[in-house]
Amino acid sequence: MRYIPSSTAERKKLLQVLGLDSSERLFDSIPAAYRLKRPLNLPPPQAEADLVAHMRELSRRNLDPYESAVFLGGGAYRHFIPAVVDHLISRAEFYSSYTPYQPEFSQGTLQGIFEFQTLICQLTGLEVANASLYDGASALAEGILLAHRAKRRSRVVVAGGIHPEYVRVARTLTSRLDIEMITPPLGSDGSASLDTIESILTSQTAALVIQQPNFLGRVEDVEILAEAAHRVGALCVVVVNEAVSLGLLRAPGSLGADVVLGEAQSLGVPLSFGGPYLGFMAVRSEYVRELPGRLVGQAKDSQGRVGYVLTLATREQHIRRERATSNICTNEGLCMLAATLFMATLGKQGMRELALQNHSRAEYAKAALARIPGCRIPHPGPTFNEFVLELPKEASAVHRKLLARGTVAGLPLGRFFPERKKDLLICVTEVNSRSQIDRLVKEMEEVL
Amino acid sequence: MTEPKASYPADLRYSKEHEWVRLEGTVGTVGITFYAQSELGDVVFVDLPQKGRALVAAEELGTIESVKAVSEIYAPMSGEVLEANESLRDQPEKVNADPYGEGWLIKMKVTEPSELEGLLTAEGYKKYVEEGGH
Amino acid sequence: MSVNRHPPKRREGLLFERSVPGKRGCDVPAWDGPVAGKLDRRWTREEIEGFPELSEREVVRHFTRLSKLNYANDEGLYPLGSCTMKYNPKVHEKIARLDGFAEAHPLLPDEAAQGCLQVMADLEGYLSEITGMDAFTLQPAAGAQGEFTGIRMVRAFHEARGNPRQVVLIPDSAHGTNPASAHLCGYRVEEVPSDERGCVNLADLKERMREDVAVLMLTNPNTLGVFEREIDEICRVVHSGGGLVYLDGANLNAFVGVARPGDMGVDVMHSNLHKTFSTPHGGGGPGSGPVGVKKPLERFLPVPRVVRVESGWRLREDFPDSIGKVHSFYGNFGMHVRAAAYILANGAQGLRRIAETAVLNANYLRKRLEGTYHLPYASASLHEVILSDRNLEKFGVKTLDVAKRLMDYGFHPPTIYFPLIVKGALMIEPTESEPIEELDAFVDAMIRIAREAEEDPEMVRTAPHTTPVGRLDEAAAARKPVLRWTPGETSGGKG
Repeated sequence: MRYIPSSTAERKKLLQVLGLDSSERLFDSIPAAYRLKRPLNLPPPQAEADLVAHMRELSRRNLDPYESAVFLGGGAYRHFIPAVVDHLISRAEFYSSYTPYQPEFSQGTLQGIFEFQTLICQLTGLEVANASLYDGASALAEGILLAHRAKRRSRVVVAGGIHPEYVRVARTLTSRLDIEMITPPLGSDGSASLDTIESILTSQTAALVIQQPNFLGRVEDVEILAEAAHRVGALCVVVVNEAVSLGLLRAPGSLGADVVLGEAQSLGVPLSFGGPYLGFMAVRSEYVRELPGRLVGQAKDSQGRVGYVLTLATREQHIRRERATSNICTNEGLCMLAATLFMATLGKQGMRELALQNHSRAEYAKAALARIPGCRIPHPGPTFNEFVLELPKEASAVHRKLLARGTVAGLPLGRFFPERKKDLLICVTEVNSRSQIDRLVKEMEEVL
Repeated sequence: MTEPKASYPADLRYSKEHEWVRLEGTVGTVGITFYAQSELGDVVFVDLPQKGRALVAAEELGTIESVKAVSEIYAPMSGEVLEANESLRDQPEKVNADPYGEGWLIKMKVTEPSELEGLLTAEGYKKYVEEGGH
Repeated sequence: MSVNRHPPKRREGLLFERSVPGKRGCDVPAWDGPVAGKLDRRWTREEIEGFPELSEREVVRHFTRLSKLNYANDEGLYPLGSCTMKYNPKVHEKIARLDGFAEAHPLLPDEAAQGCLQVMADLEGYLSEITGMDAFTLQPAAGAQGEFTGIRMVRAFHEARGNPRQVVLIPDSAHGTNPASAHLCGYRVEEVPSDERGCVNLADLKERMREDVAVLMLTNPNTLGVFEREIDEICRVVHSGGGLVYLDGANLNAFVGVARPGDMGVDVMHSNLHKTFSTPHGGGGPGSGPVGVKKPLERFLPVPRVVRVESGWRLREDFPDSIGKVHSFYGNFGMHVRAAAYILANGAQGLRRIAETAVLNANYLRKRLEGTYHLPYASASLHEVILSDRNLEKFGVKTLDVAKRLMDYGFHPPTIYFPLIVKGALMIEPTESEPIEELDAFVDAMIRIAREAEEDPEMVRTAPHTTPVGRLDEAAAARKPVLRWTPGETSGGKG
């Protein structure tokens, strides 16, 4: 009740103005049968200090992120977030405001989106990007829907190596529409096999979807895969889970990708047990009218001053209704702003250095782990900051023993792939120190 | 700015979906009416069919987008598309400024000229609009 | 007269325009290990062309200045209808940033994430009690995604009985996401007209409730702020035809703690944590749209689900009838934490008081404005009121103009031109978070604007006059879209 600014006396006064003798009368339009005769069965209200204590105690039931070494990736990445990000997204003008439908009062938000759109275009090498989507998985679903609309074809080849949860979500979100998703397995080297893919691409394929780096951490040859897609007139859609990789890897747009989409959580958005995250999508300019979600464009007022507005809104649900390109309404506003701040703060050089360091640390760990007797790297091709380590025994048992010692040794892949029960997906970023990595190697050796 | 008065050129025929057609021999020129463009607002994009596409009376042939709405365009008569107004790609505002002239949408070969009888005359359309238009 | 909002004295250009080669705002943590041999040039890029290079100081300046171009909920009334722009408690920000929550990786083993799972289980429980539904999923990232999830489950329910059916019924006053969501589930939409009270036309509904109707999507109170009094009969008609009732819970703030959708016959619904439950709107997101169901639909809920075992909580996938997954992980946990904290801070009485005050404030505004502005429906309003510009038509002043002029008075405008069934609609929802002074100031401004419409209509039609930019040419922006900065082009506004 401390959040309600009117006093009892003031509320009485308003009731009087309305000619009502009690607040109960405000609900006369609700049939009496539905009006609760009892208070809701909820815990008693907590004062702020008690609330914080309670929530802090709950948060402590999780693994302590600073007392343990965590080597997890798999679609969510631990990166250092500069203090500037949180400081600026905490400004009430940014977080307490609404979608910028009244542009004269929202130029801060709108310009921020315009800058984000530009940064995503620069990172991906494509011409136009939207103001963000819910997360990487729904971005994939939207990308598939876009290809279906743009090409008027109903088959989509989803290469092995796309994040398995993304594929599940994409199936759920597109299941009722006339779209067939074909999912060939990866090649034995842990990357998408051109031969396999070429054999299933047909003139009915709307898109070939590949992930870069793929779920096993391998760098894919986007250029030859894009060519194969284009030969049958299909779009090449590249999914990115780890956006920091774009600081080092070639922009997919420059390699033939028509759509680049995925997850930008790595760029300044906290892990937060899986959400809120930040989906993104960029496309070639000819597909701009098919782009789902919000778009901000430049505009001028009558005095020639430059401003920013939501534009091409007729694609969206609130005007097209059932003919909309999607049903999406919110974007991930504040997460998008966090990413813009992160990219602006790191800048051209910082993004490259951050990516190089991730790569160096992961390579160091990879080499050291591979030297452990019985362990090997089953897919020795190029990787960014994630790789598969094959153990001599069942991975989840080893993982549990290491967890008891305060180390989260990556992700046991048997969870997603029954044939990979001995494999761990290890991710190393700049928050994993050398001593943490050395300790991981030492403990792994001890446990095996 | 003074608003131009609504107009209903007498040499045209009109559909209840607010398209007009001007028939010259077997060639029909199709567009949307003054009333339609004023309801839509400033037109920003027009999506027109390719040359050669078959048209069936009352079926959708394309869409018109304004800042605040999207509207389907329906073929007033059956036939085949001869030409689409490419200039609307760069200047969609012509649809607002001159809906019966430079803002034409397509030219078509008309295969069933008798369908003209089912369309409204200028008088009939004017009455239709004044009574609510739907 | 008008409140000046102090637009900034200097125009702020784009980030990219103040970029200077060699600058950077942040150093990457030191690495004392070997630097990896370079990846083959085939895979690597030279540099990110056009990416900005700025010092930390300049980044802070730029975004601080940008923030001042925004109006904030923290500075004044933000009466957007059906958005529920209520106060965002600051302690939530502190709680969401606790290390144990903020740094929790979603793929941690369940045993290492018990705190997060407890929060989610607690929130599911609170929402069930508040709404009268039997079970919840917290996965949908927003209301619209919640709608999709709910309708998808409806479809699964009908499919399990041998016939998915074809049609979704939606009132003509509904939010645009409703038909879009239905279409995504493979359904056809039929509109049910509203009657003169602004409510669902029951006779029409009876006629339309055929065997091919899967579900009626209802908002209650509807987008006119009016409670569908006949909900009992509405649900009976739909149920007796074998269909289900979906509730769009966007307007829950009108009766939270006072009544429960689950008691009214609703089979499935979504709620909006960023509306009723105070999580910040963030300039357009992130939101969260948990979906609640009655028992018959529980087996279709998305997986994984938070399940109680002897030693604590687990995320379980073994629900073979589940519709699948709608989020990469488990939904927007950061918003779950905030909403749970909000419910704990308020308790049952607090929630009820919220609904009372929200409805009180909205009716106060209605009472004070209905003489000046046209009131299209006489039915009782709950938490929001719809007015229109009909009384100003004779002066050539429209709803859009009133909205723009309100900005000169220092208020964010209400929602305009929605719902579509009211021509020139102004949809006003003050929420419970407004003191009387703010409500009176808003009424004052609205009345003055009505007078200005009569005495100086041109001034209203060309408003706003005191904001950083005036009305922008949206048609030109849509005809020749400029959607990004390109090197060699300027924003034209710097300095």
